[in-house]
Amino acid sequence: MLNKALNSRLTWLVGLLAFAGTAMADYGLNMTEGVTPFSAEVYELHMIILWICVVIGIGVFGAMFYSMYAHRKSRGVEPAQFSHSTLAEVLWTVVPIAILVVMAIPATRVLIFMEQTTDAEMTVKITGYQWKWKYEYMEDGVEFISSLHPDSNAARQVGSDIDPATVENYLLDVDKPLVLPTNTKVRFLITSDDVIHAWWVPALGWKRDAIPGFINEAWTEINEPGTYRGQCAELCGKDHGFMPIVVVAKSPEEYAAWVAEQQGDAVAETEAAQREWSFDELMDRGSDVYAAQCAACHKPDGTGLPPAFPSLASSAVATGPVDAHIDLVVNGRPGTAMQAFGNLLSDVDVAAALTYTRNAFGNETGDAVQPKQIADAKRG
Amino acid sequence: MAQASGGYYVPHGTKWPIVGSIGLTTAVVGAANMLNGTFSSAQAMMFVGFAIIVFMMVGWFGQVIRESEAGTYGHQEDISFRMGMMWFILSEVMFFAAFFGALFYARMFALPWLGGEGTGLSTHDTLWPSFENIWPTNGPAHIGGPFETIPAFDIPLVNTLLLLTSGVTITLAHHALRKNQRTPLVWWLIATVALGATFMYFQVYEYIHAYSDLNLTLGSGIYGSTFFMLTGFHGMHVTVGAIMLMVITYRCMKGHFTPEHHFGFEAVAWYWHFVDVVWLGLFVFVYVV
Amino acid sequence: MSVTATELDHHDDHDHKPSGFLDRWLFSTNHKDIGTLYLVFSLVMFLIGGSMAMIIRAELFQPGLQLVQPDFFNQMTTMHALVMIFGAVMPAFVGLANWMIPMMIGAPDMALPRMNNWSFWLLPFAFAMLLSTLFMDSGAPAAGWTLYPPLSLQGGNSFAFVIFAIHLMGISSIMGAINIIATILNMRAPGMNLLKMPLFVWTWLITAFLLIAVMPVLAGAVTMLLTDKFFATSFFNAAGGGDPVMFQHIFWFFGHPEVYIMILPAFGIVSEIIPTFARKPLFGYVSMVYATASIAFLSFIVWAHHMFTVGMPLGGELYFMYATMLIAVPTGVKVFNWVSTMWRGAMTFETPMLWALAFVILFTIGGFSGLMLAIVPADFQYHDTYFVVAHFHYVLVTGAIFAIIAGVYYWLPKWTGNMYNETWAKIHFWWSVISVNVLFFPQHFLGLAGMPRRIPDYSVQFTEFNQWSSIGGFAFGLAQVFFAIILIHACYYSKKKAAAQSWEGAKGLEWTIPSPAPHHTFSTPPKINKDQLAAGHLD
Ligand code: HEA
Ligand code: HEA
Ligand code: HEC
Ligand code: CUA
Ligand SMILES: [Cu+2]
Repeated sequence: MLNKALNSRLTWLVGLLAFAGTAMADYGLNMTEGVTPFSAEVYELHMIILWICVVIGIGVFGAMFYSMYAHRKSRGVEPAQFSHSTLAEVLWTVVPIAILVVMAIPATRVLIFMEQTTDAEMTVKITGYQWKWKYEYMEDGVEFISSLHPDSNAARQVGSDIDPATVENYLLDVDKPLVLPTNTKVRFLITSDDVIHAWWVPALGWKRDAIPGFINEAWTEINEPGTYRGQCAELCGKDHGFMPIVVVAKSPEEYAAWVAEQQGDAVAETEAAQREWSFDELMDRGSDVYAAQCAACHKPDGTGLPPAFPSLASSAVATGPVDAHIDLVVNGRPGTAMQAFGNLLSDVDVAAALTYTRNAFGNETGDAVQPKQIADAKRG
Repeated sequence: MAQASGGYYVPHGTKWPIVGSIGLTTAVVGAANMLNGTFSSAQAMMFVGFAIIVFMMVGWFGQVIRESEAGTYGHQEDISFRMGMMWFILSEVMFFAAFFGALFYARMFALPWLGGEGTGLSTHDTLWPSFENIWPTNGPAHIGGPFETIPAFDIPLVNTLLLLTSGVTITLAHHALRKNQRTPLVWWLIATVALGATFMYFQVYEYIHAYSDLNLTLGSGIYGSTFFMLTGFHGMHVTVGAIMLMVITYRCMKGHFTPEHHFGFEAVAWYWHFVDVVWLGLFVFVYVV
Repeated sequence: MSVTATELDHHDDHDHKPSGFLDRWLFSTNHKDIGTLYLVFSLVMFLIGGSMAMIIRAELFQPGLQLVQPDFFNQMTTMHALVMIFGAVMPAFVGLANWMIPMMIGAPDMALPRMNNWSFWLLPFAFAMLLSTLFMDSGAPAAGWTLYPPLSLQGGNSFAFVIFAIHLMGISSIMGAINIIATILNMRAPGMNLLKMPLFVWTWLITAFLLIAVMPVLAGAVTMLLTDKFFATSFFNAAGGGDPVMFQHIFWFFGHPEVYIMILPAFGIVSEIIPTFARKPLFGYVSMVYATASIAFLSFIVWAHHMFTVGMPLGGELYFMYATMLIAVPTGVKVFNWVSTMWRGAMTFETPMLWALAFVILFTIGGFSGLMLAIVPADFQYHDTYFVVAHFHYVLVTGAIFAIIAGVYYWLPKWTGNMYNETWAKIHFWWSVISVNVLFFPQHFLGLAGMPRRIPDYSVQFTEFNQWSSIGGFAFGLAQVFFAIILIHACYYSKKKAAAQSWEGAKGLEWTIPSPAPHHTFSTPPKINKDQLAAGHLD
């Protein structure tokens, strides 16, 4: 199979060499111009420097190739013996400095513009986790987690036998995108809860690191409704390649409707946390939560990847006393990748995940963990 | 000698480096396993490694000393040794610079930001609203619990005076050596060693005090980290310096060194001065400011 | 152990190599033998590091995960970089320094021959330790060669081993650097004043200062990592008042000078080769020296250009942008000087010259992309994408590695007394120069199109370019296997003997010595010509 692919590649390579430029245009050869006021400026800046470099390159390499042609021994030339020229040396110190100044001016202007995070109309806090993003709309009280879309997740497993080409937006799709209004200045507060991540959507024109314990600010104002995709851009562990970002920009009206819907869901969720859940309900929900939140580390079948990620099947914690188990999942284990899910998931989801892990993979404790127990544990 | 007179001495063959490499490797493999808790004898392995290193140093330096006493080294070799020592000390300076850098960065940038200054406003408001940037600090989460610090104008001041005095005594010893007055030479050296040892005594006393009475430990947030790393590495250097001093004292007693040729002596003196200067930096930036 | 007569009189038997294998290689104090050890070690490491790169390229041949788990992929990335930087490029330069500097300045050996042995013999131990982590339960380090916390602190048992291995490499480099400085400043033949020294010697002198200044800082940085993990310190933990970004500052204070450590000696090699094959003196010798020194100086004040996205205050970003851009000026001076050296010369294109010319062009391309990276707003887009990967492989592979290969072809006749096979060497060159561009040029496009670095899998739109890149990678890798064969042939089987002055236009002391160079050279200092740089003669 590989051979066939390789063969067709090679034919492709030879055959299309001459047309490479046109053939690849669909895949994008260059930086995107983006959809925000400054993404276009960044693109301009990029093109200016690129062209300056190309021109200097043509000059330098041109002189070099000419010399290699004209001043080669096989033409019978006698080598000159000069070894310096003050004029030339001064010139090629001063002229590059001038060129650099020309580059620095627009760069400075764009940079200052990009760093103006004041007078935003709304604020979104973005928190990176191994390997998902949490979004909090500070004014509207909406918050949720966004992680790799299940279809991509299934296809990307080693030996999945699913052809990535058949998956829509392979690795660039999430279960729940960040929704933003267009033509609105949005301020982002970017941080992380474990290791350093970086939040990057090329169409917005920048990326910013998410540093645990510190907040970085950035802003955007999207001009066109649409879906914009990006990825985590700082190595953050084994699934660094699998924590995409999707931004859906909607008109302010549609956005308002979306927010209302989210708030309704949140109310329902709080109510759900008050009531008693049956074992089957918990197991049902738990298997979804587990797949979305836990399987990345502990594997869908609970075997984990020891020694870094312990197996949950017959784990001492998952089959031991309930309280210790709750404590571990709610508060995480500092210094390891096991994060504090208490801040990350709703009480119902944590309860469901706990119930599921206590009863799946051959762990047969029979316990049903109730959302209330989680709330109690959080209160301490 | 078959070599042209004035020719540079190029020794042929040496087994000490490989012994040194084996020693260092044994020591660090032991240390790594000790940290990981992989097997119980790891610590012993580390000490075996150290022992091999000591064996190597005794052997290697011993050989160089014998060659030196036999008159193998001329002026040019002497310059090579001096340069070697000089640039080695520069590398040590840069090693300390990394830790001083950490201290300055934490105090000038990280802590003010956590406290809400400059670009840190959102950091402070969102993540650490109750944190006030007051040095000394163990950070917004009060890592390691409440602690007290060691006042500068107490033992540390005494220690400063001790080290400064030791800088004087070793210079006096050097003068004595240059005038070939062997008895004062030895006595000044002994005084230097004694001052160094007293310094270390106080330092150890202070550490015990910090750990048992003040709850000031390596784990006391950024203050404890920078405090113990800087003073700790300094203390290690004082110890090494003191051992080197003892070696040259012994050599002086055995009649080594001449008023003209005493690179070994000077190397130790430079090193001692370097340790001294680092302490001044420590005293000012760790204890006083 | 008393001083025996033999111990002191060893140095009498001048022109005999030690006869026993161990005596010769394990206990050596001879700069040529130690140089050989370094070079062989470096080649082995290059092949190991390259094999890891092949695993990376094979996994990236198609979207989807076919060959390795993501965590192992990250281990490969990390180890590839550590092995290439500390195992291949740096030891190769030290090896060349050991072989050539004493011969270029007319010294009998390195200034501190015993320490020279130790500098080398730490490396095999350090790398044995580093590579052994591949076989540990927790696997090798996987947080990238930059070891950023907190991620690096999540490493398992391998972590402590890696830190200690880095310490050992650091000790080795510092001792090597001290030796080189002492040799250059103290061992020059009478009449070889500083401004007569070959440029290779100059660039190494400056590189050695960089090493002494920054390797200890790296040691400090990784020591803090170690204590943060095992001794509860809070250097890189905000909760305790530290800052993860602080590590990045300290690391890059080392890291940026480090990249110049890997290019300045390359500049030196190229500055030796181009005049030889242009049969014309190096243009602007003095400005070359000043440019090298300026680059070294600037390298200390630009480190945070690797961290534009960490959220520095605006003033910091602007300062680091301007300072970084300035480096283009002295580097440009060098490039222009090389071109002017060729100008109106009488050039021939033997293999060393071909590699040197390719160096000038391809390094400059890498420099241009470096300059683009320096522009902060643009770097917000480029950072941590394959554009950066393309940049640094142009300066490292077609820069540092190409210069090393050029140097090996140039000086091999002097070392072995044999000529390599010129036809094969030309094939090696063309094969490499074409494949390396197929390998790294498309990575610029990948980066611009949005592919992050350090990922084992990518979305399907990046497929075509990655396939080009992988094919180029395999081809380039095979070319280097061929290189190894050419070298073995030249050392042991080549019938073509080299003259003392192996190249028609070659000037400089090393070419006054017979080929192969005898075990001991310049026990009596040579005579230096008054009017020619670095050139002299034996009486
Ligand atoms: C040999 C190694 C080497 C060398 C020589 C360089 C040279 C340069 N590098 Fe590079 N760099 C690396 C190795 C190197 N780099 C590595 C390994 C990384 C990534 C590390 C990691 O993250 O893992 C990196 C990353 C890196 C970054 C960070 C990118 C990011 O992560 O976002 C930046 C940003 O400024 C940068 C800039 C530069 C610049 C401005 C130069 C300049 O020195 C280039 C100067 C040269 C020229 C400009 C060409 C010749 C000049 C002329 C012909 C004169 C006229 C020209 C003009 C006036 C334009 N480099
Ligand atoms: C001097 C340093 C140096 C050198 C020489 C190289 C050489 C190569 N590098 Fe490396 N590279 C780095 C320094 C270097 N690299 C650094 C610093 C990083 C960043 C790491 C990080 O992110 O932390 C990096 C990262 C890096 C990446 C990005 C990984 C990622 O982000 O996930 C890639 C991907 O293509 C890559 C490829 C290659 C290739 C194909 C070569 C080739 O040139 C290698 C060619 C040599 C050989 C192949 C050896 C000879 C062949 C054999 C032994 C036989 C086997 C051969 C075949 C099967 C064909 N490198
Ligand atoms: C980002 C990776 C990651 C994710 C996601 C994750 N875990 Fe863990 N988990 C770990 C690591 C690492 C440990 C080991 C901690 C240690 O070393 O003590 C662990 C340990 C555990 C343990 C203790 C196992 C034992 O025997 O010691 C349990 C139980 C557990 N996790 C449950 C969960 C549940 C439930 C979820 C999902 C809601 C989850 N984990 C999600 C990384 C993760
Ligand atoms: Cu998160 Cu990479
Ligand atoms: Cu840099």
